[in-house]
Amino acid sequence: MTALPIEPVAAPESRWGVLRGANVGDRVYRGALTVLAVTLPLLLAALVSELVVSAWPAIRRFGLHFLWTSVWDPVAGVFGAAPMIFGTLASSLLALVIAVPLSLGVAIFLTEFAPKWVRQPIAFLVELLAAIPSVVYGLWGVFVLIPFLRAHVVPPLRAVLGWTPFFDGVFYGNSLLAGGVILAIMIVPYIAAVSREVLLAVPSSQREAALGMGATRWEAVWTAVVPYGRAGLIGAVILGLGRALGETMAVTMLIGNRHDIGLSVLQPAYTMAAAIANEFSEATTNLYLSALFEVGLLLFVSTVVVNALARLLIWRVARGTAVGSRAL
Amino acid sequence: MNARRIRRRVVNGVMTGLVGGLSFLAVLALLLILGNLVVKGASSLDWNFFTKNPVPAGESGGGVANAIVGTGIIVGLACLIGLPVGIGAGLYLAEFGSGRLGWTVRFVADVMNGTPSIVVGIFAWTWLVKPMGHFSALAGSVALAILMVPMLARTTEEMVRLVPHSLREAALALGYPRWRTSLRIVARTALTGIVTGSLVGVARIAGETAPLLFTALGNLNFTTHILEPMQALSLQIYTYATGPFDEWHRLAWAAAIVLMGLVLLLAVAARWAIRQRHGAAR
Repeated sequence: MTALPIEPVAAPESRWGVLRGANVGDRVYRGALTVLAVTLPLLLAALVSELVVSAWPAIRRFGLHFLWTSVWDPVAGVFGAAPMIFGTLASSLLALVIAVPLSLGVAIFLTEFAPKWVRQPIAFLVELLAAIPSVVYGLWGVFVLIPFLRAHVVPPLRAVLGWTPFFDGVFYGNSLLAGGVILAIMIVPYIAAVSREVLLAVPSSQREAALGMGATRWEAVWTAVVPYGRAGLIGAVILGLGRALGETMAVTMLIGNRHDIGLSVLQPAYTMAAAIANEFSEATTNLYLSALFEVGLLLFVSTVVVNALARLLIWRVARGTAVGSRAL
Repeated sequence: MNARRIRRRVVNGVMTGLVGGLSFLAVLALLLILGNLVVKGASSLDWNFFTKNPVPAGESGGGVANAIVGTGIIVGLACLIGLPVGIGAGLYLAEFGSGRLGWTVRFVADVMNGTPSIVVGIFAWTWLVKPMGHFSALAGSVALAILMVPMLARTTEEMVRLVPHSLREAALALGYPRWRTSLRIVARTALTGIVTGSLVGVARIAGETAPLLFTALGNLNFTTHILEPMQALSLQIYTYATGPFDEWHRLAWAAAIVLMGLVLLLAVAARWAIRQRHGAAR
């Protein structure tokens, strides 16, 4: 098969055209790929416009009150999303409080302290945590984590911190605490993988300089390596936050699904994603459905903002290297 | 002075132990989850489990054959839709993506990568389920494909970019047109990388539940009709785990083993494909 034009008396220009790649095959190929590539922006535009159009009745009806009122009454047709916004933020923050030290520990251990032969296997095992489906986390949380929390974690927590408002009330199982802990386990692999790449991108001269000044290994890590990659590490944490905000199934199964704002982590709460998962199929009125779409829109916008921020920070540290490509 | 040196040494030792302990804890979480799955579910994995459909609540016996087949069909269909689009978009980004459109597509792919799957689920509902008037496996597959495409586009782009420029130049110098160079030389060289990316993408969507809740919906009966509601393993686990019956909980654990096995198989296969590539490069 030849790509030369069949025209017997080809003018010089057209021959040059072949060399420049302006033949039919090239144009078709480029056109086909362009169509496939353009699908993505079109899809995003469709997604955003569908969300906005579907949410519009609720946006017009409730305006900004939607964000800070707490009444969620489908029968009366009054909707305020404050409890779920609060629950989403609270569960994600709780997850970060647990997951950040854990994943930074993993990343630091794997890049700075671990013997060479355990690095790959441990990194692989931690990454596998990201492969476990959300619904399996939920299943495990319901039947293993909650009984464990009830028996071994909550009693000592209450004994020591029971006087604070954060550990008030009776622990029934499904709660902010259970949701936060499961979220923490779920985001550890993402934060750890990106942090590890960030730490690997820190030039070894940083370590050598600190060690050469007589620092211990930990001091070298803490004073020379971690500060160098700080922006990237913050990016990794924010990326984990983005994951936590949108996580649906496991949280829906564990957080208790109650429209309430409370300070105690032992009490049930609600998240935006869980509200959609639970109530979407039973939304009988148009306004109810529209309110749920507005919740979806809020969730979408907040994850976009959070992810954009994370990417910006990670890019700044390691431009050019494929930082956390697998985790992203 | 000496006390200070001892203190620094102690801090060093304690922190080394601490980060090691934290790593151990993370691995322990994985082992605990996998261990619990095996302990609680393995005994229910019998012939009936794989070959029978669910029985009415309260009766014992029954299996999840419909869900296993359903997951296969929904994920397979999602691949049919998602793989060409994702890989094609990735090729575009790598080959022609230096302009404004390339920048836009790249940005959009990154934005969509972080979109919560439940949001994609309600989008697929308004887009397909509502106009069609009924839930369908097809709508579920489209939702999963939407989740898979952005990630696939970015990994394909990365893999194709790794192909040395000299290969491309050699092919062009031999008179190959660009499109054949791109497909037969460049994409072919990057093939293992693209396969790896695809496997990771499939592993990621195979376990998804949230996008299927309002699209594929679930079905108590066996069906292979893609315009009907269809059961999937993940949906089945959700229903069984949140239900009140012990029998259901037993089946949920067993179904979780099957789903987890499928996902792990894909993840390990992806890992193996990477090995192959690095081996070949050396």
